[in-house]
Amino acid sequence: MTDKLISIQNLSKTYNDSFQALKNVSLDINKGEIFALLGPNGAGKTTLINIICGLVRPSSGSVMVNGADIIKDYKITRSQIGLVPQELTLEQFETVFQNVSYTRGLYGKSGNPTYIEKVLRDLSLWDKKKTRLGQLSGGMKRRVLIAKALSHEPSVLFLDEPTAGVDVELRQDMWRIVENLRQTGVTIILTTHYIEEAEAIADRVGVIDNGEMIVVDEKDALISKMGQKKLIIQLHEKVTNLPEELSSYELELAADGLSLSYSYDAKSSQTGITNLLQKIKDSGMKLSDLKTEQGTLEDIFVSLVNKEKK
Amino acid sequence: MNYYAIKAIYLHEMDRLWRTLFQSILSPVVSTSLYFIVFGSVIGGMVPQVDGVSYGSFIVPGLLMLTLLTQSLSNSSFGIYMPKFAGSIYEILAAPISSFEIVIGFVGASATKSLIVGTIILITATFFAEVRIDHPFVMVFLLVLTCFTFSLFGFLIGVLSENFEQLQVIPLIVVTPLVFLGGSLYSIEMLPEFWQQISYFNPVVYLINGMRWAFYGVSDINIWISVVSMLGFLSICIVAAMIILTKGYRIKS
Repeated sequence: MTDKLISIQNLSKTYNDSFQALKNVSLDINKGEIFALLGPNGAGKTTLINIICGLVRPSSGSVMVNGADIIKDYKITRSQIGLVPQELTLEQFETVFQNVSYTRGLYGKSGNPTYIEKVLRDLSLWDKKKTRLGQLSGGMKRRVLIAKALSHEPSVLFLDEPTAGVDVELRQDMWRIVENLRQTGVTIILTTHYIEEAEAIADRVGVIDNGEMIVVDEKDALISKMGQKKLIIQLHEKVTNLPEELSSYELELAADGLSLSYSYDAKSSQTGITNLLQKIKDSGMKLSDLKTEQGTLEDIFVSLVNKEKK
Repeated sequence: MNYYAIKAIYLHEMDRLWRTLFQSILSPVVSTSLYFIVFGSVIGGMVPQVDGVSYGSFIVPGLLMLTLLTQSLSNSSFGIYMPKFAGSIYEILAAPISSFEIVIGFVGASATKSLIVGTIILITATFFAEVRIDHPFVMVFLLVLTCFTFSLFGFLIGVLSENFEQLQVIPLIVVTPLVFLGGSLYSIEMLPEFWQQISYFNPVVYLINGMRWAFYGVSDINIWISVVSMLGFLSICIVAAMIILTKGYRIKS
């Protein structure tokens, strides 16, 4: 049995302009996991995170962190949470070391220069410790925000779009940092637009759209359950038009005319592969190779969100 | 009580004072010195004694109050508005801190800065006029009370302001005229009867006269009325701050 760290029950949020950002959301986050919250812009990801962190008030429902209520026991819950916001919201004139130490103080912890040094070294910020925040690059500011969120040794870390607008190198660096944090027992909840990010580092995935939690599952189980497989058929000779007998299949002909791809549900009892291959043989086309590919999380995400829109 | 958080906010705000030493300390000292030169030495030479005190000495409590009020308002309003403007207020709101602790941190730092500036102004005044303090404990009490009360008032302005214009409106359009028309440079008794009556509706009159009584034992208003008025205004500000922060008005969604 897994230990629940965060328990969200029937959470709703309606803003003053009557916009309903969250609709009856329920979700459990387990200790030590990396949970990726996916969703298009305006889906409610940031609202959900901000409610748990105390920045937005819920309209109804409850959130418990380690058994403590975020409203009644806000001092207990908030002291366990670190938040890396989406925007690069830093003051300009303080040095990196001062600012990270300041955040530690806000969370009720006594000064600990040794720990702050460790955090800064882990995030490759130590040589910038005396640099003013306004002089840092965007990527470095993102690291400072992570250092601030870790300054009070939280047990759960929220990363709201941590790699939005950062280059590939830094993004991979962030993934490494997240993985290292998980090794130390920190539970991580991240929102992201980059599906491959969730696919690369998350244990479980939740998809939220239009304020509703559409699906929550183990990443691998989700891909296996919902992901379609793709059969790639390499042709011996170039084809410009598909024969009439193959028109009933939704085949995609590659631009070079040398391969066909066919999507199918691997769990289905009738994949249609045997008949397809037979018809290809009957049409006189010669095959040079066959291979299959597993559908990606991105395919699942797009199909879920599109289904909701319909 | 989250003492570390209060200390963190307090020291964070005090850091701003050291970073902007010229603007924070030297600037009010220079402008107040100009008041002493123009009103105290130049014009004061042509004005007879007021309430048995030379004009140069008479204006010291008023100018001290003028500086304390404007400094307290601007210190705390900027102190809380800047993180709102920069977006970094999220970390204060997400931290395990009560509204009361936030107020203590910001207002404490603002009041400390004002007290430092006020002390320097007082020392500066001795170079331009003869300064006598008949009731030093009352003077210190009023000094501290004014700094905390108006720092709290400024904090409220900073929380409620949605842009820089709003941040400046109350200090410039409301407070500065009230201070100038509150008897900082004259005795209320010098005014025609009608304007005297109007002046009693100006809360700053009570502050300045309270401070003048602490200095020279002369006042247009009973000292206790001044003290009670100040404490009343402080209570209103405390209640307003608690309500606004608890409800998260203009801070939380």
